[in-house]
Amino acid sequence: MDDKIKNKSESMKGLFNSLSKINLFKKISFLSKLNFKHAKANIIYKIKGLRRDTRIAERVWKIVELSRNEDRPKTIDYIENIFEDFQELSGDRLSSDDKAITTGLGKINGKTVAIIGHNKGKDIKERIQYNFGMPNPSGYRKSRRIMELADRFNFPVITFIDTPGANPAIEAEDNGQASAIAKNIEFMFNLKVPAIVVLIGEGGSGGALALAIGNYIMMLENSTYSVISPEGCAAILWKDQTATKQAAAMLKLTAKDLLNFKIIDRIIHEPKGGAQNEPDRMIKILKENLIIALSKFEGLSGEDLKIQRADKFEALGFFEK
Amino acid sequence: MADFKCEKCNKIIDTDMFLKDFKVCPYCKHHYLLDAKSRIELLADAGTFNEIAAGISPVDFLNFIDIKPYKDRIKESQQKTSISEAIVTGAAKIGGFNVALGVMDFSFMGGSMGSVVGEKIKCLADFAIENKIPLILVCTSGGARMQEGIISLMQMAKTVSSINKVKENKIPYISIITNPTTGGVSASFATIADIIIAEPEALFCFAGPRVVKQTIKKQLPPDFGLSERNLKNGQIDMIADRKELKRKIIKILKLFS
Repeated sequence: MDDKIKNKSESMKGLFNSLSKINLFKKISFLSKLNFKHAKANIIYKIKGLRRDTRIAERVWKIVELSRNEDRPKTIDYIENIFEDFQELSGDRLSSDDKAITTGLGKINGKTVAIIGHNKGKDIKERIQYNFGMPNPSGYRKSRRIMELADRFNFPVITFIDTPGANPAIEAEDNGQASAIAKNIEFMFNLKVPAIVVLIGEGGSGGALALAIGNYIMMLENSTYSVISPEGCAAILWKDQTATKQAAAMLKLTAKDLLNFKIIDRIIHEPKGGAQNEPDRMIKILKENLIIALSKFEGLSGEDLKIQRADKFEALGFFEK
Repeated sequence: MADFKCEKCNKIIDTDMFLKDFKVCPYCKHHYLLDAKSRIELLADAGTFNEIAAGISPVDFLNFIDIKPYKDRIKESQQKTSISEAIVTGAAKIGGFNVALGVMDFSFMGGSMGSVVGEKIKCLADFAIENKIPLILVCTSGGARMQEGIISLMQMAKTVSSINKVKENKIPYISIITNPTTGGVSASFATIADIIIAEPEALFCFAGPRVVKQTIKKQLPPDFGLSERNLKNGQIDMIADRKELKRKIIKILKLFS
């Protein structure tokens, strides 16, 4: 073999090896289409791209981990420390009381509001009690009952989102999980009071969306909101659990992504290193943001609030016409 | 096309008969997937279907690549199905009644709901309101289209909001559940209908059997998520054989007219 070609093939091999090192070897099929003459330059360019992709994937993954951090303030921490005279209200008036969602009334800035939030719990005992934040149909139905109450008495609705998603269980399906979620979405579109939504941790799929049709939606800096968990996405599309971080980056689930898409209205910055480092400060910051958010909708009619919510969600989508 | 063995009863099916019966096994009545075009032929009065919002087509706005680029998946599906997206929408007559009809197609990326499905349903809902005609959606979908990330989740909200307006205008909305209807579609427009009709043995659930089985690590009941179980659990109004479907729809349209 001609030395020149041999050298080239050696350096190609090196480049290929470095590609495999950064664990994104699958993308190599795209390289085969390249003209050999420019292959080296192109491969270097691709590797730079892949390194950048890997850096992004690592950064996104850090946020995914922070969003699931056990020490992050949870719905109950916010409820206890932000609202005065909080009174929990229980039960869906049909069959049961779902512990994965807490609902109740309380006061903020002197005004009564309805509060609904997913519970995740801080230790394994709490987590099991709350079913890891995965609501059953009765949880959505309890939420709807409280929203109905709020609507009638003109109390704004505040929701805290923190769930891996709906409950993948036989009973949940038998009890109409799909329709319970859909009905909640529908009900929130019909609210004649302001709905303020805050994503405080994990915003998992339908279980999150069922409480997230808001006039104003805020996300904590290190919370996520996604159509599917990165693990689930990697399993279905890549058929490979090692692609979880790649999937996380592809799904566009960070607060920044969602602000870009105009799905959310505001990112709430967290104390350095994440909310778990200074829970008290986080709670204080969120309280200030909630008061400001509520003030934005004062004096708006029920009809205006409905139209604003519908217009906001119906505008979402990318397509060619 | 050659004759073939039924995937359920193993009897040899005559292909011509199978196609004439809109893909139902003549022996065990197993309902196979039906493409959007055949479904329209089954339901709409001959020659009355006029497609609307046909020009809305998908874009790969995230440059999403898993083991294959989303762009390629779109192209492949379009070639395979000769339709542009996972739903076909239009104006039609059913038993002489004017309706707004949307039909999903599972062969197009598993009937997944992305921006185009969301927008087409919104257009169809608006069309139903403008013309004061009933809305009928034939559902089949594996759920939200992951290749559109969080935007696909938002299509659940978008379609519910659009149909909410149909309901406010007191226009009847009928959803037809066909096998399979799961995930984001089941938890949005499919279940908020005034009347829900399902085909026999159609899978209709939010979390699919594979995910549930993996999570609970137990065998599922054989009828998990199927129409017959959903009827018993109060989740749907009725089950109708494909052969009976058009007649059932006309009966309901008459009651609302």
